[in-house]
Amino acid sequence: MAESAVVEAANRTAATSAFEPRIVAFVCNWCTYAGADLTGTSRIRYATNVRVLRLPCTGRIDFMLILQAFGQGADGVMVSGCHPGDCHYTAGNFHARRRWIVFRELLDFLGVDVRRICFSWVSAAEGAKWADLVNQFVQEIRALGPYREFPRRLPQLKPAEVC
Amino acid sequence: MPRIGVFVCHCGENIAGTVDPAAVAEAAARFPGVVHSVHYTYMCSEPGQNLIKEAIREKRLTGVVVAACSPRMHEPTFRRACAEAGLNPYLCEMANLREHCSWVHEKVPATTQKAIDLVRIQVEKVKRNRPLYPIKVPVTKRAMVLGGGIAGIQAALDIANAGHKVILVEREPSIGGHMAQLSETFPTLDCSQCILTPRMVEVAQHPNITLYTYSELESLSGFVGNFKARIRKKARSIDEKLCTGCGVCMQKCPTKKIPSEFNAGLGMRPAIYVPFPQAVPNKPVIDRANCVFFQKGRCRVCEKFCPTKAIRFDQQDEIIEVDVGAVVVATGYTVKPTSFFPEYGYGECPDVITGLHFERLASASGPTGGVIRRPSDGRIPETVVFIACAGSRDPAKGISYCSKICCMYTAKHAMLYRHKVPQGRAYVFYMDIRAGGKMYEEFVRRAIEEDQVNYVRGRVARIYERDGRLVVCGVDTLLNGRPVELEADLVVLATAMVAHEDAETLAQKLKVSYDTDRFLSEAHPKLRPVEMNTAGIFVAGACQAPKDIPEAVAQASGAASKVAGLFSQDELTREPVVAVVNRAPPPIWSTCVGCFLCESACAYQAIEREEIRTRDGQLIKTVARVNPGLCQGCGTCVALCRSRSIDLQGFTNEQIFAEVLAL
Repeated sequence: MAESAVVEAANRTAATSAFEPRIVAFVCNWCTYAGADLTGTSRIRYATNVRVLRLPCTGRIDFMLILQAFGQGADGVMVSGCHPGDCHYTAGNFHARRRWIVFRELLDFLGVDVRRICFSWVSAAEGAKWADLVNQFVQEIRALGPYREFPRRLPQLKPAEVC
Repeated sequence: MPRIGVFVCHCGENIAGTVDPAAVAEAAARFPGVVHSVHYTYMCSEPGQNLIKEAIREKRLTGVVVAACSPRMHEPTFRRACAEAGLNPYLCEMANLREHCSWVHEKVPATTQKAIDLVRIQVEKVKRNRPLYPIKVPVTKRAMVLGGGIAGIQAALDIANAGHKVILVEREPSIGGHMAQLSETFPTLDCSQCILTPRMVEVAQHPNITLYTYSELESLSGFVGNFKARIRKKARSIDEKLCTGCGVCMQKCPTKKIPSEFNAGLGMRPAIYVPFPQAVPNKPVIDRANCVFFQKGRCRVCEKFCPTKAIRFDQQDEIIEVDVGAVVVATGYTVKPTSFFPEYGYGECPDVITGLHFERLASASGPTGGVIRRPSDGRIPETVVFIACAGSRDPAKGISYCSKICCMYTAKHAMLYRHKVPQGRAYVFYMDIRAGGKMYEEFVRRAIEEDQVNYVRGRVARIYERDGRLVVCGVDTLLNGRPVELEADLVVLATAMVAHEDAETLAQKLKVSYDTDRFLSEAHPKLRPVEMNTAGIFVAGACQAPKDIPEAVAQASGAASKVAGLFSQDELTREPVVAVVNRAPPPIWSTCVGCFLCESACAYQAIEREEIRTRDGQLIKTVARVNPGLCQGCGTCVALCRSRSIDLQGFTNEQIFAEVLAL
């Protein structure tokens, strides 16, 4: 099947069926990425909507990345790493959590829909949890509908200015 | 111009079953910058790898994306293949089409579309990859062993015999640990001290071993091959060089009524003491909390009588700083005290004792000279009840694990008692008999059959005192749960083996992980049983989980061989995924503004301050610099940097933003 055919088919599904959310997941290499690998090795099915980006640690996640993902048309963003206390790098996930607490308030103030950001912990042993988390989040975003407001709210976010 | 090659793997049916690899390869061929795109059944096979190598040479590729399984699986394989073809291995990235796509989705067009997206993301990333080179760091060939019990002794001797220097740190005044306290050992009934003390002497005399007793680890910094340890050598209050260990001070000391730690509180010791006669080193210490001079300001009797004038009341704690390349943690365990059990009298009945007390009673070097006597009145007990699983396997008491050694030592205790008091009766209350091990089951059978120990399957609900004897109320579950009431003279609880109170503090000092029971966690429960998650730190003995002597020794030898393996290299190679602070030509030098937020965020103390000066030494500015030897590559500093001056190699802002933009 050529790409055009695939895209056509995808478009056809999009046109005929319900809205398919686009989800971006920022995960750490040691826990959640390995957990998502376990979902695969356990052959647990989940929604195709998520695209996983691997980072060394959730502490590495620059929150501009999350805004950028929305700017690129994502309808939801997931952030997941090691459980508190289990960070491969001792404390990276604590930094991420602290930053998220502050950032959430700020985003809310700015009018960004914080319901579209899912912050969670999935360990390397929680393959089933990863599948559940993705399915549930996809369902939630499906209910919220496409995130059309974001680009209008923050039109100044241009790739060139961000990175 | 980037020249990227995309290699899509079928993984047999694993990927091709739900994703159309041909469509992925075809779509990838049209991405900007992609000059070569193929698909093949098994990319990781020899012919598959050759496809990559040939393409690198023929198409002069500047980057490779292998769309196959998880990078956690085969990234090293494909990076090696690239390196063999002359491409820097860090110019190879993997798109995870198997674990994150084909295995978790149905065979629908959206699955193939997702695969194409995943490849596009990696193509955009790899275009921005830079060649990286592994970091080489030197190795200090000196090990530090924490804990001088049997595990620590074994590890220290093995490393020392392999020809490396070892520092053995023990918190107590003597090495020997719990094994020195034991009377006999199962299943051979060897005298514990007879097999241990020669080893202790060997440690003391070994030219490669430096022994620090009465010392504790203060802090540990650095990384594998290059640790810096600070050891607090507590003031012994004697000059070890002058002291001959004659023992006059101990005889003359007026304070003699201090419960002896070595005898588990059953015997007494003076304020200046050696824990036991075979102690290594055989040099006393003054217990300042109980010494009359330190408490009231006068006495100095020991000083007066010391023939070599070795007493030093003014001695201070000493901090020793030492560079080590590896650390073996063998800090051992402790047992739950009898006061932990309200149903067994809260520790109020002196004749309800722990297994460790019984070891001291049965030991020839113990307070009773090896005669089993009741702690309360010194009578020889006629009936002894042993209770296995006191605390262990009892989630209600917060200890859900099996302490592993109690079945065996309870059988041993019952046997020893029957040998020493042939007319006495021994009862053992047990839940199960867990006697897995060489000659272990035979040993328990011997206790039951030859030594006529009465085994009662059931738990003891309550113990109380009546007319100087102990009433043990239990149940016999093999008799349909019939209540059993026994009058005993002595009750021995096989109390649970638990981690030390301060195990967490130690784990935090070492930056290693521990489980909910505060036992230290090994790197992998099956395949890496002696390593810890922090490279260069190894674990041995009961600080990792309850275990008996042979297991502790085996693990210690395993840890020692890992250390020897580490020390067989002159330098270590590390992944170059580390943070760097940018540098620019003058007059900018670096965009770092010197706020040092990164310094506060770094868990590894990898951020250093660097002063940029003019040729005549005038300070221009102070900027951050990353020590690549210490940096572990988490990238927390990158996300914090206000001026975007610090970046993580392999996961640069440019690369990750490009990934997001490719969505």
